[in-house]
Parts: sequence; C-alpha cells; structure tokens
Amino acid sequence: MSSTAAPIYGLILAGGASSRMRRDKAVLVYQGKNQLDRAFELVSRHVAKVFVSVRSSQLTEPTRAQKPLIVDSVEGGGPIVGIRSALAAYPDVAWLVVACDLPFLADPALKHLLAERNPGMLATAYASAHDGLPEPLCAIWEPAAASALAAYQSNGGQCPRKFLSSHSVLLLEPRDRHALDNINTPEEYQQALDALDSNPPTNPIQLKIQYFALMREQAGRSEETLETSAATPADLLSELNARYGFTLSREQLKVAVNSEFADWSRRLSAGDAVVFIPPVAGG
Amino acid sequence: MRFRFTEAAIDTVAARRELLDRGAGGYVSFEGWVRDHNEGQEVTRLEYEAFQALALKEGDRILAEALQLFPIKHALCIHRVGSLDLTDMAVWVGVSAAHRGEGFDACRFIIDEVKHRVPIWKKEHYRSGDSGWVNCERCAVTPRHAHGRDHGHDHAHEPLEHLVLPGSE
Repeated sequence: MSSTAAPIYGLILAGGASSRMRRDKAVLVYQGKNQLDRAFELVSRHVAKVFVSVRSSQLTEPTRAQKPLIVDSVEGGGPIVGIRSALAAYPDVAWLVVACDLPFLADPALKHLLAERNPGMLATAYASAHDGLPEPLCAIWEPAAASALAAYQSNGGQCPRKFLSSHSVLLLEPRDRHALDNINTPEEYQQALDALDSNPPTNPIQLKIQYFALMREQAGRSEETLETSAATPADLLSELNARYGFTLSREQLKVAVNSEFADWSRRLSAGDAVVFIPPVAGG
Repeated sequence: MRFRFTEAAIDTVAARRELLDRGAGGYVSFEGWVRDHNEGQEVTRLEYEAFQALALKEGDRILAEALQLFPIKHALCIHRVGSLDLTDMAVWVGVSAAHRGEGFDACRFIIDEVKHRVPIWKKEHYRSGDSGWVNCERCAVTPRHAHGRDHGHDHAHEPLEHLVLPGSE
C-alpha cells in the first residue's frame, strides 16, 4: 500500500430485500450469532471503523439500529447505491465492502484482500471461484470509484459485478473457494448450517510445508511456513494449487503429516509439517 | 540393520559384511544402475531426491516385512541421492539366508517395494537438453503407482496388510 492510500473503513451490506429467503437475511443465526453481528465483528477486526449499509425503511430494525449506519441516498437501488452512499458520506475513505450473507467468510480472506490492495485501481476484489468474475461484495472500493459509479448508474447500470468487470480492478484468486459462498434461499441456509456444524471455520494455524521434486520446482521453493485456515491436507492442497498451479492432481499424490503417511481428511493442527508426495521413482 | 541413504558411492563390500551370519548358506544382492535410455529418450545423467524423514521409516518397514515374510537372516538396502552418472549404482539390496531360494525371493520383494513405496524421486536429464521427473511428467502412472485411494499407505500388496510387523520407527 502506498503512503498516499486512503484509510479504509468497513461497510456491511444489509439492505437487501431477502426476497428469495422470505425473511430478513441479516438476522439469520449461525452458531448462536446473527449474520449481521458476525459480519460486523469480523470486519471490525481488520479496519478502524465499520458501518452498516441500510435502506431508510430499515432504520428502526433493532439488529441494525444499534450500529453505526449509512442510509441509502435513494430507495430500491440495490448494493450499488449502498456503496455509493458510503463513498459520498466519506469521500476520502476507501471501503472494505462485505455482504452480511457470507457465512463462510473468515479472517484470512479479508487479511489477504487488505494485504494485496492496490489503491491505484478502482477496487481490489476476489475473482469468483465459480465463474472467475469479480466478487463486488467482498472487495475494497477506492474513493476514485465514486465518480465512475455515478457515470455507470447514470447510463442505467445497476450491477456492481458488471461494473467491476468493465473497470480497472485488481482481481485476486481466492485461496478458499467457499469463503464467498452466499446464502439466498432457505435450502442454502440449511446447507450452510450443516456445513458450519460439521466443519466450523477454523482459526488460522501455522503449518510448515516441504516440497519435493516436481512440486518443489513448481512452487519455486523447498519449504515455507504458512498461515492457513485449511482444516485438512485436501483443503491445503486446493489452497496451494490456486497459488502454484501444480500439474499433479490429488489422485496422483499422497500426503504425509509430521513425517508419516496421512489421510487427506485428517484434521491439521498448528505446527504440523505437511509434505505432498508425488509419484515415487526410487531404484 | 536400517535402510539408509548415501551421497557417496555405495560401498558394497562393507555393506555385504553386515549381512554375514554363521547360519547363512548364501547371499543375494541386487544393484540398480543408471542406464543410458528410458522410454525412448537418451539419458545422460540422473538426479535422485528423497523425503528422508519418511523414506527411512518406510524403507525400514520394508526390510522388516521381508524378514517376516521370508526365512532369511539379514536384509539391507542402501539408496543414493544426488547427481549420478551413467553406470553409477543408484541402489543396492542385500539379503543373507540359509537357502538361495528365499534369498532371491526376499531380494526381489525388497527392491520392488522400495521402488513403489519409498518417497524417492528421479529426474532424468536427456541428450536433447530436456529433463523430466519420472512418473510425474507424462501421466505415465501405472496401476501400481495409482495413488487414488484416500488412505495414504495404499501398498500394492494388500495381502500383507493383515500382518503385524515389528515396529521400525
């Protein structure tokens, strides 16, 4: 980040109509906490100030009312209006914009986004793990985006994703392909509850990874210490694959943890030493 | 007697001496050498690399299995790492036994298992200037190398897995 980069505030988008969910998404509860509180606390760990973006009709809704709010300047405009309202309220601030309906979003994804931020672009965003398009609702929007967004909307544009696709934006590869999965229907909510129950987001742990042979050459290093929220060697391999593009598939590899063969579904612990084992060729 | 690696030439005279036993009627050894061709390519030299912390354990397990499976006296295997030239010895296996049949069988068993289970990798350098990691670059994954199952320890010889083997760690 350059020294002239704008400071960053957080903006939790909670103004959606939740029409497909048929109830207010902000108050859906995961692990004993509603989505809005979860997102608010998550973003608060990374930036100095956090606001909740709301429509004027939501001002008195109790979950939102107790938080610093930025009210949409016009009604019915969707997330792009929420983002523009924040940029207008604090013109010299960049915004870490996060939708409240991302139950799998955790600290590593925000940390990575902030570390990689390019304030010279209009935004720094993740590419969707599903279609490669920019994810506007877990992204850093720079002050310079304000005028470009105004022009885009005055030409009839309403989609922040299409906006980012057609402007100068730094796109990052997600390390965790499910971190930005959002929840729109009661079925998806139930699936997310089940997933969080069986596989709760883990706190980041430090792992030591050693690379051998072809993987050493493709990673460009023989070892590294890594902070990751990967829960298993299978997750870790996906994360590293996104970074290094290993040519060997998981089916061709074995994995060792602490110098012993291990299952791909083994739970990783802080300090574990992990080695992926390409097809061997001794003798 | 432990599986081991060496960066220097394998001293087969000293290694053979470790196998001596008054009850042994003979000794069988296998030497793997660096040859000048593989899969149609002209090879000029090889590099071996090993994940030694695990390779030493897996190599010891193979030697222990051989001693369980065959009525032999002693078994040993030494593998080179680093850069090797044509005709250099890459691996040596030695077995002493009361009778030659078991010695030959155990020696064959050990080299086969080492090739398929111990985390050692071989990079071939070719006359063309090209190079490649054997079994990794051309999808030349034979069924015996198939790493598809979830369990990391999928030996090619399932019938042995019920055996309780002496701890070798």
